[in-house]
Amino acid sequence: MATPNTPLWEVFIRSRNGLAHKHCGSLHAPDATMALQAARDLYTRRGEGLSIWVVPSSAITASDPADKGMMFEPAESKIYRHPTFYEVPEEVGHM
Amino acid sequence: MYTQALNSPEEGSLAEDAVRASRFQARVDAEERIEPNDWMPAAYRKTLVRQISQHAHSEIVGMLPEGNWITRAPSLRRKAALLAKVQDECGHGLYLYAAAETLGASREELVDAMLAGKAKYSSIFNYPTLTWADIGVIGWLVDGAAIMNQIPLCRCSYGPYARAMIRVCKEESFHQRQGYEIMLTLCRGTAEQKAMAQDALNRWWWPVLMMFGPPDQASQHSDASTKWKIKRFSNDELRQKFIDATVPQAQYLGLTMPDPEMTQDAQGHWRHGPIDWNEFKQVLAGNGPCNRDRLSARRKAHADGAWVREAAAAYAEKRARRQMAQAAE
Repeated sequence: MATPNTPLWEVFIRSRNGLAHKHCGSLHAPDATMALQAARDLYTRRGEGLSIWVVPSSAITASDPADKGMMFEPAESKIYRHPTFYEVPEEVGHM
Repeated sequence: MYTQALNSPEEGSLAEDAVRASRFQARVDAEERIEPNDWMPAAYRKTLVRQISQHAHSEIVGMLPEGNWITRAPSLRRKAALLAKVQDECGHGLYLYAAAETLGASREELVDAMLAGKAKYSSIFNYPTLTWADIGVIGWLVDGAAIMNQIPLCRCSYGPYARAMIRVCKEESFHQRQGYEIMLTLCRGTAEQKAMAQDALNRWWWPVLMMFGPPDQASQHSDASTKWKIKRFSNDELRQKFIDATVPQAQYLGLTMPDPEMTQDAQGHWRHGPIDWNEFKQVLAGNGPCNRDRLSARRKAHADGAWVREAAAAYAEKRARRQMAQAAE
């Protein structure tokens, strides 16, 4: 007999104070409380975290890799968005 | 690290597939990582699901031979370390299942295939752990061989698998060291303890060499896997690397390799005598010393946990229904 499917959660961990939560993996759990407990057991066995977020995977909307060009290429040609585009004479010093 | 496969398989014409396949191979050749939503050949997907899920099953079944000694570990220090190691194996199994799921397989489907005896797991876990020294040998050699296999997998072309392997390898190095420490303690102990260490090495050595899989000329999966950069070294290459690393470690322990034909060649490589591949085939076919035991232990654990899964699902459903009702008010 096939077992009924348990929802999937994405796990985000803040590893140190002052850092952002970072995606570190996924797990199955029936509800948010159990997902949080399982995330603690599965992803922080060696003190990897100070704080955990769990998010139902079904709540994530991802961009399509096929749209990569359309989405990100326009930014590549805009080098004037970077500070190194502009010339500042050496005499002026650090800016 | 993962995220489920959000794509649904789409129908494409054969000509289109050929174009995509060559684009895919070009990406692999350029050492780009393939991610879950990227197009990939069906055979690549199938190979990965098979390999990653077998790997996951191995981690899970691998808890059994060692779990056998948790309550009988000789000291609290050893017990705490063994417990932590077995917990790690469980964690590794779960990372790997998650990686396999990104390819569109469901966890339940994968677990059910293992419980039904339809999916394979590493042949090594079908051998019994008869003495405490076996725990030392498992850490030193079984985990040592696993690390040898897994380090190249950290550069595997499939992103989620490679990332899972990086995490596993980081955690695994403690396993090998704790095993070697057990061996060292036994070998520095009484004559009886040292004999126990030698006996464990004698029983595990050949099955450990078999962990690298059949010799290159007989391996059925290697060619495509190499082309797809899932596999970076051949079975025989990895086996040889492992032997060369292990022999000096055994010499330091003062143990004898249970292979009378082993010799060191001019390049310094230790060459092993013939491996009994018939034994390997028998173990894979389900006729190893513990195959039936391992499967029945997994089935029992799964069946005994059914009420917990059911209760948790029922509770989650009740809470969701109550929230819906409250929202409607």
